[in-house]
Amino acid sequence: MTTLPDNTEKKLGLVIDLDTCVGCHACVISCKGWNTENYGAPLSDQDAYGGNPSGTFLNRVHSYEVQPEEGHAQLIHFPKSCLHCEDAPCVTVCPTGASYKRVEDGIVLVNESDCIGCGLCAWACPYGAREMDMEEKVMKKCTLCVDRIYNENLPEVDRIPSCVRTCPAGARHFGDLGDPDSDVSQLVAERGGVDLMPEQGTRPVNKYLPPRPKDTMPEIDVLAPFLEPVVQEPGGFLGWLDKALEKL
Amino acid sequence: MHPAPSVIAFSTFSGLGFGLLFWLGFGVPVVSGWSAFAFFTIAYLLAVGGLISSTFHLGHPERALKAFTQWRSSWLSREGVCAVAALIVMAIYGAGLVFFDAAWQPLGILGALLSLGTVFTTAMIYTQLKTVPRWHQSLTPVYFLSLSLAGGALLAGQITWAVVLLIAAGAVQIATWLLGDRALKQSGTDIASATQLGGIGKVRAFEPPHTGTNYLLREFVFQIGRKHAQKLRVISFGLMVVLPVLLLLLPFSHLLAVVAVLAHVAGVLASRWLFFAEAEHVVGLYYGKR
Amino acid sequence: MNQPKLNLSPKVSDEVRKTTCYMCACRCGINVHLKEGKVAYIEGNRDHPVNKGVLCAKGSAGIMQHNAPARLRAPLKRVGPRGSGEFEEISWDEAYQIAADWLGPIRESNPEKLAFFTGRDQSQSFTSLWAQAFGTPNYAAHGGFCSVNMAAAGIYTMGGAFWEFGQPDWDHTKLFMLFGVAEDHDSNPIKMGIGKIKGRGARVIGVNPIRTGYNAVADDWVGITPGTDGLFILSMIHCLMKAGKIDLHYLAQYTDAPVLVNNDEKSPEFGLYLRDEDGKQLVMDRVTKKLTPYDQPGVKPDLSATYRAKGVTHRPVFHKMAEMYLSEDYAPEAVAERCGLPANRIRAIASELARVAFEEAFELEHKWTDFRGETHDTMIGRPVSFHAMRGISAHANGFQTCRALHVLQIILGTVEVPGGFRFKPPYPKPATAHPKPHVGMTPGGPLNGPHLGFVHGPDDLALKQDGTPARIDKAFTWENPMSSHGLMHMVISNAHAGDPYKIDTLFMYMANMSWNSSMNTGGVMQMLTDKDENDNYVIRHIIYSDAYSSEMVAYADLILPDTTYLERHDCISLLDRPICEADAAADAIRWPVVEPDRNVKGFQSALCDLGAKLGLPGFVNEDGSQKYADYADYITNHERRPGIGPLAGWRMGANGLQHGRGGPNEGQLDSYIRNGGFFAEHIPDGANYYKPWNRAYQDWAVKLGLYDSPQPYLFSLYVEPMRKFQLAAEGHGDRQPPEHLRERIKATMSPLPIWYETDQQGNEGFTINALTQRPMAMYHSWGSQNAWLRQLHGHNPLYLPTKLMRQHGLSDGDWVRVSSPHGEITVPVMEMASLNENTVWTWNAIGKRKGAWALDKDAPEATKGFLLNHLIHELLPPKADGMRWANSDPITGQAAWFDLKVRIEKSEAPREARPEYPPLKSPVPQAPENLAWKVGK
Ligand SMILES: Nc1nc2c(c(=O)[nH]1)N[C@H]1C(S)=C(S)[C@@H](COP(=O)(O)OP(=O)(O)OC[C@H]3O[C@@H](n4cnc5c(=O)[nH]c(N)nc54)[C@H](O)[C@@H]3O)O[C@H]1N2
Ligand SMILES: Nc1nc2c(c(=O)[nH]1)N[C@H]1C(S)=C(S)[C@@H](COP(=O)(O)OP(=O)(O)OC[C@H]3O[C@@H](n4cnc5c(=O)[nH]c(N)nc54)[C@H](O)[C@@H]3O)O[C@H]1N2
Ligand code: SF4
Ligand code: SF4
Ligand code: SF4
Ligand code: SF4
Ligand code: SF4
Ligand SMILES: [Mo]
Repeated sequence: MTTLPDNTEKKLGLVIDLDTCVGCHACVISCKGWNTENYGAPLSDQDAYGGNPSGTFLNRVHSYEVQPEEGHAQLIHFPKSCLHCEDAPCVTVCPTGASYKRVEDGIVLVNESDCIGCGLCAWACPYGAREMDMEEKVMKKCTLCVDRIYNENLPEVDRIPSCVRTCPAGARHFGDLGDPDSDVSQLVAERGGVDLMPEQGTRPVNKYLPPRPKDTMPEIDVLAPFLEPVVQEPGGFLGWLDKALEKL
Repeated sequence: MHPAPSVIAFSTFSGLGFGLLFWLGFGVPVVSGWSAFAFFTIAYLLAVGGLISSTFHLGHPERALKAFTQWRSSWLSREGVCAVAALIVMAIYGAGLVFFDAAWQPLGILGALLSLGTVFTTAMIYTQLKTVPRWHQSLTPVYFLSLSLAGGALLAGQITWAVVLLIAAGAVQIATWLLGDRALKQSGTDIASATQLGGIGKVRAFEPPHTGTNYLLREFVFQIGRKHAQKLRVISFGLMVVLPVLLLLLPFSHLLAVVAVLAHVAGVLASRWLFFAEAEHVVGLYYGKR
Repeated sequence: MNQPKLNLSPKVSDEVRKTTCYMCACRCGINVHLKEGKVAYIEGNRDHPVNKGVLCAKGSAGIMQHNAPARLRAPLKRVGPRGSGEFEEISWDEAYQIAADWLGPIRESNPEKLAFFTGRDQSQSFTSLWAQAFGTPNYAAHGGFCSVNMAAAGIYTMGGAFWEFGQPDWDHTKLFMLFGVAEDHDSNPIKMGIGKIKGRGARVIGVNPIRTGYNAVADDWVGITPGTDGLFILSMIHCLMKAGKIDLHYLAQYTDAPVLVNNDEKSPEFGLYLRDEDGKQLVMDRVTKKLTPYDQPGVKPDLSATYRAKGVTHRPVFHKMAEMYLSEDYAPEAVAERCGLPANRIRAIASELARVAFEEAFELEHKWTDFRGETHDTMIGRPVSFHAMRGISAHANGFQTCRALHVLQIILGTVEVPGGFRFKPPYPKPATAHPKPHVGMTPGGPLNGPHLGFVHGPDDLALKQDGTPARIDKAFTWENPMSSHGLMHMVISNAHAGDPYKIDTLFMYMANMSWNSSMNTGGVMQMLTDKDENDNYVIRHIIYSDAYSSEMVAYADLILPDTTYLERHDCISLLDRPICEADAAADAIRWPVVEPDRNVKGFQSALCDLGAKLGLPGFVNEDGSQKYADYADYITNHERRPGIGPLAGWRMGANGLQHGRGGPNEGQLDSYIRNGGFFAEHIPDGANYYKPWNRAYQDWAVKLGLYDSPQPYLFSLYVEPMRKFQLAAEGHGDRQPPEHLRERIKATMSPLPIWYETDQQGNEGFTINALTQRPMAMYHSWGSQNAWLRQLHGHNPLYLPTKLMRQHGLSDGDWVRVSSPHGEITVPVMEMASLNENTVWTWNAIGKRKGAWALDKDAPEATKGFLLNHLIHELLPPKADGMRWANSDPITGQAAWFDLKVRIEKSEAPREARPEYPPLKSPVPQAPENLAWKVGK
């Protein structure tokens, strides 16, 4: 069923806070660990100890430098995995129906046993969220940890994606973006969460919280009173001190 | 995009094959018996060979049958369905010509349209991809179709048609290149929209997510020098259009016709290589590769 | 729609075993999921005090570390020349015999001939005990080249330091200022903290020449010129004092600011505290106007009053501070250019500190009683907190810079208060409560006390009768009197030079000294392989314990292969570097969650065996039999003092199990395992701030066994021991420094923080600062054998600021020759805009030697990766008098990694990054090509 559902009961997804992501790659490796052991084929690595190592990852952290008109350049760490798009082009291009969007929660998945490894879905994804596994030759992508979030073998608090659970900076949030009252929706509303490449028309579920303005320390005029010298004449400091101590 | 030989070969040869089938379906040239057999064999070798070569890049060719299921939404699936339909219909039509000396014309026309449809679906696989702005334009199917028809005419020995169609295909090719060169810019997708950080200032990719390579970089980020591309365009255009047309305008000789066909095929292969090599997938923006 | 039916509740694992991570020294709690007895997946332990469930990249990649093909498989005996990597696998019995044959005789004749140094270790209380029992004075861990400046400055100043020994009050702080931190030891807690406070909208200021990681998320970035933080901080102190934006109450009550100091330049006590007969610091009481011990109940110490007796004027420390820091030399305008910051920026930050500390002060409703007996109804909070690490520590002026930062914290009244910086147990613990260094040797017998500690004047230096250094690393000598962690980076070069004396056996543990942890890497390899006139190696024997096929393995004669961290017992002890949080005392264990499948042994267990074989006191019973069967046995049964053991949880009391004090409990490790691998005891409310002066805390700490009696103390804005060294340099006292060091001691050992230039001797023409940073996803050298992590950082470019890129006509991927007065490397470059414009940097320890770590010879780590270490020498170029001083802080001996200055020239792309070294022969088999790792398929 390569066609997309008209709508999904929930829109589960991630909200990623670019203001706090320190670029530690914890989410990358945690994802690799969980998904190697779980959903589908393990995420393999080629030439693992050799001259040109590469492997399958479902989540990767980029970094960008941004030079404002004025002031210092900024560096922004930028994690990226599948955005579980509402109009997911990766799903509609799939010739086999292996790619699909779940009706109940909107998670976009690959049914690996149906996948012929044609790669077209990866071509269709603007975000680079799909990677062909070179060992198993099937398409891999973020599953939104579908095998964690409902998993009754896990304690309730742990029924969240592996990357969210592990993120030390708390820069990753998981929830139902279809429910305007959910924590994640509120966060997106408060912080002005955005879609990546909106012009591609994919309507991503995952949202990105933009970095807060940087290097905005109030200029000296505003704060001047705080550094007004207590005494003008040199050597007068001890006199001030005595008076100040009286008042203590 | 990585110019994968299997995909280049597939689209080139199946394009020619289905192009030839198109002409054959309309009864051009009029063939029967052995001559029909010869023409149909060539067409099938090209079309089926191309199709088979396209399975080389599949991870699981043994599951290829599944690819026929999603014709409602997937152009790739439609291509498969269309190709098989075209091949079956044309096989029956061909069998009529070869064995019964009968031209079941309605079937032929249906097969011809299906053949053209196959080329169109192939083209649509690329055209539909918004992620590759160079491909995502209405000229892309015209480019595929015009080449297929021209090549088919060439193979079918329809000199006049071939000359006219080759010139038309050449014009389309040039337009495709020119429009394609502007496509990424005009698509509105750039590193700022990709990262949504443009509001802060000018965005530059800093460290990639890893020092090694990955599937995405291998598959989508192929960089070709501008000069190199220009040179190849000239070569490709020369071989694909100019040389065959000149040869066809000379007094007819079988040798020249063969040379014209070979030149054309080589030119299309080069054009198709460029079609991939020059195509920029927007994911490259995330890697700062554009 | 007919979607596939998924199993949404797959079984996660057969069993979860909880232990402690060791992919770095942060000591997070981990849940190790096992399938069919094999490690399947590792996640953070939610109950754990350190990481509360989160886990960094390295921690999650532990499975790849644990299964790395580079793991050593059996004890190794060298068969080829040193440095070749040719070994033969031998039995443990043979290995012990070889070690005992080398060590036994030297112990009987001259124990100092053994130098035992450990690296990235968390069992220093155990390894030092072993060295003490052996009797050698030559023991230390890696702190001397790591961040001793930070540790020592903190402890001397306020009885506790940053590192992982303290943390901001993340729940209340509103302004967090971070100096020179890329990753830190407390890495997950810092990330959690930053995430938490940013979520609350608190401001983070990052001071760092490089804007990555924490500094990238900081709201304000201060891209300071390396080595000038001290000046910047002292300038802010200037501004704050001048504006009276200081916490006078705090200074008067809890610090030595009111303590009187001898002000008579001619007195042999000039600059020393005025003390009473009991040695207590004296202050003037504002109420009685009388000289009073600082801790007298009811005393109101006066920050201003002077005292004159016997013709000598005594002035409070605060007067000295005013005199010093109000000077226009510290005005923002005077320092701005050197710091590379606009003067206005310095003022703006100082005023923001003042605003938050004083305008946003708040109170917590906790009643508490101070050490003088005064009860306070509330606790005043000043929500400004700081953290710093090697960026200020690893410079030759680092000790003073760290001190300056502590002084800044203290004048704002932000240490140990709500919203400020707080210690983690066993801190606060003043320098005076720590041991002093011991070097008393008896052939065949133990050392007379612990090796390392805190000196309080020339008398405590580790010198022999003849005044020469007692220790091979020259720690605690006039060259670096306050070298509390030793100088591991000098051991090999001193041993090679026979200066101060020759040694016989170098025994090292977990330190890659022939590569990334040494300065002058090429030189060190040379020293390790150099032979004397009799064709013996100059450093006669080298024993080394590693778990993996590192570069250092090739340079040892005997290898004791360690297990991986999931296969052994370990003890993260309150006697050492525990896992405490500001609100709790906590310690932890590691235990074999899987058994080793190779002939390897936990190093500490091997030391138990070897100690018994050598008959070391404490390692044998009275009948000479082995005392501790293994490390687990030691952890359970050793007692440091009666009732105090390596682990504080579940000890045996008179009425059953209790925490803190108590006798050994055979089931202790099981209790730890049941509790998730750790023990934590919360500090009661009302005891968890103002800890150095808080009676409730002091009593709680005594109860738990952190102290034997309450130890209240004053913060030392003024470090008197430093003044004692200066006095000696000025000619007072019997223990006198050598002439060539006098001026330096006078100049650098100011008891109030100062700043001095660190630009080195011989640096003319080398004008660009060159730094390294730790990548968050790599741990020094040992991440490269990890198939997942090495994909993230498989090689390292040198990052150049835009200006230098343009100046040298460079674009990304070009190569440059980078030279220092000491050496030259040729490496690839990348541009970075958010970087101090005169600084270049790279990720630390990515470069690898060919043949090491079970990597292929064409691994990018070896062909493109590089180390800056080749450019850094352990000695500075000779001075006019021919003397070569160590590339270290003159106070503590801290290795000055970040004083490196270089020159850059564009270069042709060489075949490989330079220098190239011949490949090592791998002692482990070839690694597999591809991995598709799934346990229990
Ligand atoms: N240029 C530059 N150089 C630096 C620094 C810098 O900032 N810049 N930083 C310095 C600092 S602060 C430090 S601490 C040093 C760190 O440098 P090192 O102390 O050398 O640390 P590592 O390279 O992590 O590892 C040391 C060895 O421990 C081994 N090992 C790992 N796990 C185990 C185990 O379980 N058991 C045993 N027995 N061995 C094990 C590893 O295989 C490795 O050989 O580097 C220093 N060098
Ligand atoms: N992931 C990971 N974590 C680790 C380690 C690891 O290897 N990997 N190693 C552990 C060890 S042994 C240690 S010692 C700690 C060290 O932890 P950090 O102190 O964070 O160590 P570095 O990465 O050396 O970071 C030093 C920082 O100081 C900056 N700096 C350099 N000079 C100056 C200066 O003059 N002024 C200022 N303001 N900044 C300056 C550098 O740019 C860099 O950001 O990390 C520990 N944690
Ligand atoms: S991010 Fe890519 S893979 Fe994921 S749903 Fe959107 S288009 Fe598909
Ligand atoms: S690779 Fe697999 S999932 Fe992707 S389009 Fe092809 S068949 Fe569908
Ligand atoms: S949600 Fe799960 S699969 Fe997706 S990136 Fe996070 S850890 Fe990976
Ligand atoms: S774990 Fe969190 S902080 Fe680290 S890179 Fe991922 S999102 Fe960023
Ligand atoms: S910070 Fe990472 S590597 Fe270090 S102990 Fe914690 S989880 Fe392990
Ligand atoms: Mo360190």
